[in-house]
Amino acid sequence: MSAPYAKLPAWADYGLIPLINLFVAFVVAGFVVLLVGENPLRAAVILVEGAFGKGTGIAFTLFYATTFIFTGLSVAVAAHCGLFNIGTEGQAYIAGLGIAIVCLSFDSTLPWWLTFPLAIIAAATVGALWALIPAYLQAKRGSHIVITTIMFNFIAASTMVYLLVGPLKPAASQAPQTRNFLAGAELPKLNWIIELFGAKIRSAPLNVTFLLALVMAFLVWLLIWRTKLGYEMRTYGHSPKAARYAGISETRIIITAMMISGGLAGMMALNPVMGDQHNVAIDFVSGAGFVGIAVALMGRLHPVGIVLAAILFGMLYQGGAELAFEMPAISRDMIVIIQGLVILFAGALEHMFRPYIQALFASFSPRSVGMEAVKGKGA
Amino acid sequence: MDVFNAIIQTLDSTIRLSVPLLLACLAGLYSERAGIFDIGLEGKMLVGAFAGAAAASVFHSAFLGLGMAILISVAFAMIHGFASITHRGNQIVSGVAINFIAAGSTIILGQAWFQQGGRTPALQPGERFEAITLPGAEAIRGVPIIGPIYAELLSGHSILVYLAFLMVPFTWWVLFRTRFGLRLRAVGENPAAVDTAGISVAWLRYRALICTGILTGIAGAYLSMVQNGGFVKDMTAGKGYIALAALIFAKWKPVNAMFACLLFGFLDAASIRLQGSPLPIIGRVPAQFMQALPYILTVILLAGFIGKAIPPRAGGVPYVKER
Repeated sequence: MSAPYAKLPAWADYGLIPLINLFVAFVVAGFVVLLVGENPLRAAVILVEGAFGKGTGIAFTLFYATTFIFTGLSVAVAAHCGLFNIGTEGQAYIAGLGIAIVCLSFDSTLPWWLTFPLAIIAAATVGALWALIPAYLQAKRGSHIVITTIMFNFIAASTMVYLLVGPLKPAASQAPQTRNFLAGAELPKLNWIIELFGAKIRSAPLNVTFLLALVMAFLVWLLIWRTKLGYEMRTYGHSPKAARYAGISETRIIITAMMISGGLAGMMALNPVMGDQHNVAIDFVSGAGFVGIAVALMGRLHPVGIVLAAILFGMLYQGGAELAFEMPAISRDMIVIIQGLVILFAGALEHMFRPYIQALFASFSPRSVGMEAVKGKGA
Repeated sequence: MDVFNAIIQTLDSTIRLSVPLLLACLAGLYSERAGIFDIGLEGKMLVGAFAGAAAASVFHSAFLGLGMAILISVAFAMIHGFASITHRGNQIVSGVAINFIAAGSTIILGQAWFQQGGRTPALQPGERFEAITLPGAEAIRGVPIIGPIYAELLSGHSILVYLAFLMVPFTWWVLFRTRFGLRLRAVGENPAAVDTAGISVAWLRYRALICTGILTGIAGAYLSMVQNGGFVKDMTAGKGYIALAALIFAKWKPVNAMFACLLFGFLDAASIRLQGSPLPIIGRVPAQFMQALPYILTVILLAGFIGKAIPPRAGGVPYVKER
């Protein structure tokens, strides 16, 4: 048992196994649909049609995907360094504060293409700073990052509620949110790209943040696999002992990785705040940080996988809204179950089917799993 | 006497509010002492609360409700065990998954079965646990100081409250005075040694998780069948995480756990009671600050400013036989 899980060909490792895990998660979700008394196959058809059937659906799917790309990348960067950043939710939430300050100060004077970079910097900085204390405590005091980031999620939530019912709320308003931003803090929509393909879009919040998300995905790939820092992070993630032996500073690498992770989480807030709602409201993150965990696991911590997984979850969110409309028994909370099942099967139980698949591969071609062919039996 | 009454009432609600924390905290104590991190306490409490209230209102029996709460909660604990013990999956990931599945399924099933927007029907008398009046509570009520303390503070809680506080010495006894407890603690510190002694690491950890499931089930049942007359969606509202914080605060010890939970319960009770009214010296404290205080305190503790919290050594590490 020294090497509990044998090697599989890369396409099986990165393609087949996630697909099988995803399939099982959906089968179990299908059982829940059955339990509720609806037809799971019809539900699946409505879901996919709702997400991709019309131009508006596609735009909404990509809008949600934008959010999840950021949170997924955030979780993945930390995970490459062996850190479980469960605080993406709080880092994104508190980053709303940075965006609010920039937008409320400049939205009447600057055009969007000047406000946007400032807001990106503010969001990333605030998110990174919110990750700094847990990172420091992990690095210097050995306090478990999972616990501290959970605590910081709650502290972020309390802080934002305090600010949004108090200082940030316009005096005349009752709603716990900032005033609406002016045109200088509204991001342009990207719906025309989909309309190029002939689809009609009524109104959808897909905006330039989507492009930023794709750029960040590329930069994360560059960082993790093409830079010294990324190499050090992966080394530390695989073996802290080896990293220490190689002279990598533990404190520096933990804090850097967590701050990058927090910065990516913070950028997530740009999408709903500046692209859609045009204000900072209570609970605007609404669980997207936790979806990031599922997205990162599903995407096997690789930016390409994360983008694909984010689109999948965007589809679930958009299609789920349509589904709730068609089948009143199934509300959008169905997605929360699917999300949980994906985390369970693609994350915690990722190795469950591996021995069977490995045995299957071995029976076809022993060499593909790194075994010698049995003597006298050809091959 | 007004101040005295206010104190008694605040302490009374402290007890009521700390009971679910205490049960969940002791639940976490069993699993974490056995080397299984469990951030799924929240989810298990939630399914317990739902199953308890649902079964109680369908079968018209509080005890059947409690039984169902425990059963479902243990089932979820077994999923956690299956993933993190049998398949050596990441315990944090598995816990997160359980929290999501619990949050989603309680709403979906609740809506499908009862059609009340994710609520279960309001529990009737006999379907929930009633307050118990301790013997002599009425007779002694008139006596100054001792009377109100006994009649208001100690008497008049449901059976689950007394059960929760009895679980503290019981848990201490199990962990520190029985063979099972010794082995359980050993498996959380050095599973290889336990394995060498010929004891199954996996089975011990599964048993620890069964204890966890039972206690989170009771905690959930308390929320939906005592504190509230029915299940409301997301009714745990982060209590599982506060319990986790309390567990760290208590340095994984049962009696400390009780005090940590009472402290966090008191903060909650005080924030409800103060609600905007100013304190002497400090002035007005925002309610949000009081709500965040347990988390802030835990972070300060983790930072090592109030003693040092050292978790069980093998916590979070799946056990691999024969390396």
